Amino acid sequence: MAQFRLPADSRIKQGICHLAPKDAGFTKSFLVYRYDPDSGENPRIDNYQVDLSTCGPMVLDALIKIKNEIDSTLTFRRSCREGICGSCAMNIDGTNTLACTKSIDEMKGDVKVYPLPHMSVVKDLVPDMTNFYAQYASIKPWLETQTPAPLERERLQSKEDQELIDQPSACILCACCSAACPSYWWNEDSYLGPAVLLQAYRWIVDSRDESTDQRLDALRDPFSLYRCHTILNCTQTCPKGLNPGKAIAEIKKLLVERHHHRVPSEK
Amino acid sequence: MSLGTVLNRTLGLISGKGGVEHWWAQRLTAIALIPLGLWLVFSFAGLSNFDYLTVTGWARSPINSVLLIFAVITISYHSQLGLKVIIEDYIHAVFLKKTSLVFSNFLHIGLAAVGIYSIARVAFSVPL
Repeated sequence: MAQFRLPADSRIKQGICHLAPKDAGFTKSFLVYRYDPDSGENPRIDNYQVDLSTCGPMVLDALIKIKNEIDSTLTFRRSCREGICGSCAMNIDGTNTLACTKSIDEMKGDVKVYPLPHMSVVKDLVPDMTNFYAQYASIKPWLETQTPAPLERERLQSKEDQELIDQPSACILCACCSAACPSYWWNEDSYLGPAVLLQAYRWIVDSRDESTDQRLDALRDPFSLYRCHTILNCTQTCPKGLNPGKAIAEIKKLLVERHHHRVPSEK
Repeated sequence: MSLGTVLNRTLGLISGKGGVEHWWAQRLTAIALIPLGLWLVFSFAGLSNFDYLTVTGWARSPINSVLLIFAVITISYHSQLGLKVIIEDYIHAVFLKKTSLVFSNFLHIGLAAVGIYSIARVAFSVPL
């Protein structure tokens, strides 16, 4: 039953060391997780010595430099390079974060770069997000209303109502938080995880939404919601400074109120 | 471990319509255990020694007996709620999970029964 080591074909081996050119200025070693399912070989850690005097300030800059100049086989996702798309989420120096907003200067010594923990690896630093997205879709992340929309304008919100969803809507779904949550590691198929629950909360407290009760009822489950044991790795690791742990606690409070009073939750 | 895909299980999820009672009961028992725990610690600290006569003499007073029964019930209930979560978190084999949960429930009910019986026996016995 208990498994204390990775399966034999998932154990990480020492990889290739790419030395810096002799004329390089200030160099830093990047120890990067490499895995190619087509090769049939175990994952390995490659050591890339990067010349920082010709490299941008962020970890993503170093990864792009490695791919352009040292080893074009290195695979990772990236798009906006300014912390708004969430593509380059990975585990850097032991913490899940975005490579594009993580400064190289912050880290002393070698920089360890791994894919997000717990997710299946497609190749190198690219995790399989299929299950994460399916869970996101399951909470119906869109406005549900019965009232017809006003004719010549949007559905309005007060400033206070907007502030309730302001922070939760800043989530970029990078999955750093969910991949940092031990509860999600143990029960990824039944626990929704902090990122998806933060989004569930975002629609529950939206003053324009008219499915609040159904949304709360869908979360009323020992596993979907209540696997959260307030470990708070999610809040600590969020590269956008959001607080999924608090959002989950608020959902639990709303459910208790609903359970005891059976009144529509006040928005 | 099932050979089915994780995604299949995710897509098939519907709410089990529960969990609120468990969460609420765990909080209530935790709060109740703060005064009960302090009372227990300070009561024991106030005893001159821990021989049978001294401890039963303290336990047989009506207030102490009743509070001890409260403590036994609250501790057993809180422990059962907590162990249930741990089993559900870590044991995924269905048969082992179910049997562990049933065993844990019987164990806690049994411990509570033994505790309550012992307190009652001391409380209703003739002082030595």
